Amino acid sequence: MDAIRSYLQGDGAVILPEMELVLFGLGILLIDFWIEERDKYLNAVLALAGTLFSGGTLWMLRGRVAASGGVLVGFHESAVVDGFVLFFGALFLASTALVILLSVKFMQIEKEQEGEYYALLLFACVGMMLMASGVDLIVMFLGLETMALSFYVLTGFLRREKRSNEAALKYVLLGAFSSGILAYGFSLLYGLSASTNIGAIGAALGQRNQLVQAILRSQQPGEAGEQMRQLLAARLPVALNFDPFTLQILPMLAFVLVLVGLLFKVAAVPFHQWAPDVYEGAPTPVSAYISIASKTASFALLLRLLLLVFASSQPTWIYLIAGIAIASLTWGNLAALTQTNIKRLLAYSSISHVGYILLGLVGGNETGLIGIAYYLFAYVFMTAGAFAVVIVLRQKGLIGEELEDLNGLYQRSPASAVLLLIFMLSLAGIPPTAGFMGKYFIFLSLIESHHPLLALFAVLYIVPALYYYFRIVAHAWLKQPGEAPQPLMTSAQAIALGVAVFVSLAAGLYPEPFYKLAKYAFGQ
Amino acid sequence: MDFLAHHILSVVLFTPLVGALLLLFVPRERDAVHRIVGNLFGALGFLVSLPLLRWFKPGWGGFQFEETADWIPSIGAKYHLGIDGISLLLVMLTTFLGMIAILSSWSAIKLRQKEYYILLLLLQVGMIGVFVSLDFFLFYVFWEVMLVPMYFLIGVWGSDRRLYAAIKFFLYTLAGSVVMLLAILALYFYAPVEPGATRTFDIPTLLAAAQTFTDPLKVWLFWGFFFAFAIKVPMFPFHTWLPDAHTEAPTAGSVILAGVLLKMGTYGFIRFSLPLLPADTAMRAKIIHIVIFLSLVGIIYGAIVCLMQKDMKRLIAYSSVSHLGFCTLGIFALNPNGLAGSVLQQINHGISTGALFLIVGVLYERRHTRLISEFGGLATPMPNFAAIYLIVSLSSLGMPLLNGFIGEFTILQGAFQVSKAWAAWGSLGVVLGAAYLLWLYQRVMFGPVTQFANEELPDLNLREYATLVPLVILAFWIGIYPKPFFALIDKPVQEIVHRVNPDFYKAEHANLAAPELQASRVQVK
Repeated sequence: MDAIRSYLQGDGAVILPEMELVLFGLGILLIDFWIEERDKYLNAVLALAGTLFSGGTLWMLRGRVAASGGVLVGFHESAVVDGFVLFFGALFLASTALVILLSVKFMQIEKEQEGEYYALLLFACVGMMLMASGVDLIVMFLGLETMALSFYVLTGFLRREKRSNEAALKYVLLGAFSSGILAYGFSLLYGLSASTNIGAIGAALGQRNQLVQAILRSQQPGEAGEQMRQLLAARLPVALNFDPFTLQILPMLAFVLVLVGLLFKVAAVPFHQWAPDVYEGAPTPVSAYISIASKTASFALLLRLLLLVFASSQPTWIYLIAGIAIASLTWGNLAALTQTNIKRLLAYSSISHVGYILLGLVGGNETGLIGIAYYLFAYVFMTAGAFAVVIVLRQKGLIGEELEDLNGLYQRSPASAVLLLIFMLSLAGIPPTAGFMGKYFIFLSLIESHHPLLALFAVLYIVPALYYYFRIVAHAWLKQPGEAPQPLMTSAQAIALGVAVFVSLAAGLYPEPFYKLAKYAFGQ
Repeated sequence: MDFLAHHILSVVLFTPLVGALLLLFVPRERDAVHRIVGNLFGALGFLVSLPLLRWFKPGWGGFQFEETADWIPSIGAKYHLGIDGISLLLVMLTTFLGMIAILSSWSAIKLRQKEYYILLLLLQVGMIGVFVSLDFFLFYVFWEVMLVPMYFLIGVWGSDRRLYAAIKFFLYTLAGSVVMLLAILALYFYAPVEPGATRTFDIPTLLAAAQTFTDPLKVWLFWGFFFAFAIKVPMFPFHTWLPDAHTEAPTAGSVILAGVLLKMGTYGFIRFSLPLLPADTAMRAKIIHIVIFLSLVGIIYGAIVCLMQKDMKRLIAYSSVSHLGFCTLGIFALNPNGLAGSVLQQINHGISTGALFLIVGVLYERRHTRLISEFGGLATPMPNFAAIYLIVSLSSLGMPLLNGFIGEFTILQGAFQVSKAWAAWGSLGVVLGAAYLLWLYQRVMFGPVTQFANEELPDLNLREYATLVPLVILAFWIGIYPKPFFALIDKPVQEIVHRVNPDFYKAEHANLAAPELQASRVQVK
């Protein structure tokens, strides 16, 4: 007992939230054997309890983190808990809880109520939390794979459905491929620095960068170049024979590989092709989960890597990121215009959201980072809400994924239509909603960092985005209802929708506390 | 009473919201209740705005009835309201036309009445909010949020091509306003602040700070704001959303679109664009010439297109392009006459064009068509209607003794002081205006009754009188005794000209040697 207690005082505290989720997941797998078909909802209850428990632990860790100077380090500096982890961990737990609430009735209709489903949801969440809290390449990679493997299975969970199987296969193949690329990038990083700790790697790459700058300067003609040459000859004579370009090839290659691997996961153009198919084929709650949580987690990983490991070369890579952001905005928005399946449409819209979030990195200042956190926060709740409405539409005998299925939703279920409108406004970025505030910070950071043209591009893409979001609204509000039955909302769905709409509106009408939250994520 | 006096603007702003929230709780089937509550809050919205007129001090400069509260302290956005004479008139126009538009829907709207009245009331909140906000963040929220109810008003209750018109309206206006968002952010960022202090979105502060900006930055900001307002006004060539939206919208929607929504653009020009004009004369002249050119093209083009229309509502919609061209002409003449005339003409246009749309609504309710060729000789079955329609037409085309004349005349006078050519082209627009309005009147009202269905059309009923007569009275009032209106505008107009075009007053002082010139200028008012 004492051993456990002292463990929890030290390393244990760092992964306590994850441990709890794992225990709850295992518990679900165990009790699933005993409960009857009609009591299967107990699995969901247990999973929900797990997220709440873990959330409570995160909340209590807040004090410990503050007491130990803002960061709690464990496992020989391979995992930490800081504001960043607390913010993103809470976001992952919230999305998991929302998805659990939305899954109960959906899986009941699909007749796939196995406990593994909820256990996998929790395991995926564990992976995501490790992605945020890892500061060691191995922990990060393990977290990423834990999440990805859970998602592959979840995507194919509708065993009897062809689309689901196809989506899972696509996801596995492309996902494994991208993980391989990422792992290769990681191995290069290890080779460059002889360490897997991202702080150490960042320092090593920084030194390398300084050396390159020094060599470059020593090759310049004139007084300054001569001084630098002498300095190098005295300190590091070998360096005079190095070619600065060759020195930079490996770090650049590592950067590109890591970036490509992660851009696959966040579904940025040109690595986005899997997203629409997977979203369409996966069970809708899982589509929502991939869209909100997996994307957010990959962004957390991306932020840590870019800001710690590759910080020294930031002035160069922002152009690459800017190009990818523009491509994502363009392709995501244009491809979404003609979709007729709501899930595919939301997939393309999520690609365009990735573009906006990446632009926050281009801005790169404090406002930009806060903007990314705020945007992701808003994105989780408004996208979950939009998917939730699609899930509510799923009734016995109606798939409810096509735009036509929304026709006359207003007459059939006014409440869902109003909620849908709010989520669409928020996704499009019309004030006073959370989505607008997220965009606001991103645009402001672009202005602050003197990228007015990028900012202009970014704002103008709101216009086509509004067009396709309002195609959804037009179907729900302005078209006459057909034969479709009245969707019935269960109380679990109502709770999930209520939370999503509350956050989407509150973070737009009174952003102050949410702003503080986003600021806390980056250590203030 | 004390609370009311200190928070009068909030009360005016949120009264319609209270109505909308109340309606939310009335069961859907109780149509009569929705109608009554909707009308009640329409009227209440106007009533609570009346004390503004009484308590407003025309002689004071700056903003009155100011209210400030923290909203998002971390980024410096505040809940800051306040009005000057210009926004006072526009707020009054909004509440007044809102009341009339709601009343005009009594029998025209039979479908989904609950949502209809909720949306109309929400629209009121958005529009009043735009005119009373003194914080850019708040302003932008109202500016955007008002698009949503209008989208639904056109999309649900509009005529055949309503879906197309609704989304077109939304996208056009949005395209302009997102660029404005960038301009606002740039203004916010470039305005100097003390180190360590939070930046601010306060409109008076930022506009004062803008005076210290370099000219190229001011030019960029000017164009950033320009598109939002030019699309809203709408200026040629950004006007193509207008005929569709106005034609397809239900009557009340058209009245509000033409009467109030377009004024948000001209209001923006006056309040935000003018202070951003560069100080350098060459740069400034270039901008002014472009804007004036577009205004003049709008005046003439709008009028010519009107002559070709077959649909009454479309004709009146295009006449707005022409009339709003006068308003922008007056604004960018940059002298007191032009500006004051422009503000008054905005009010006039709200009254006259609002009334014209109501008149089309009256005919549409009786015949369910808006084609001019379907009518003819209506003066015989509907004599009282004919009289009111004639007065409204004359007021719109600028007949002396009616409101349109005062506005257009003052604007043209302002334009004349700057350039005779501007005034000449503008006058051509007045002539064409008389042509299309009178020709329309002739085709619809005079001659023999051409269609059997028109022979027994009932004349105006009591409710229709109640919507039209107040507008006619106002038209006469402004036409005969515009002094109280000018009194409200004079002070803010002077302040603006002082800030934007100080040379004008210097020239004025030089002219004091020739007092008879002065006298002739003042007399017109």
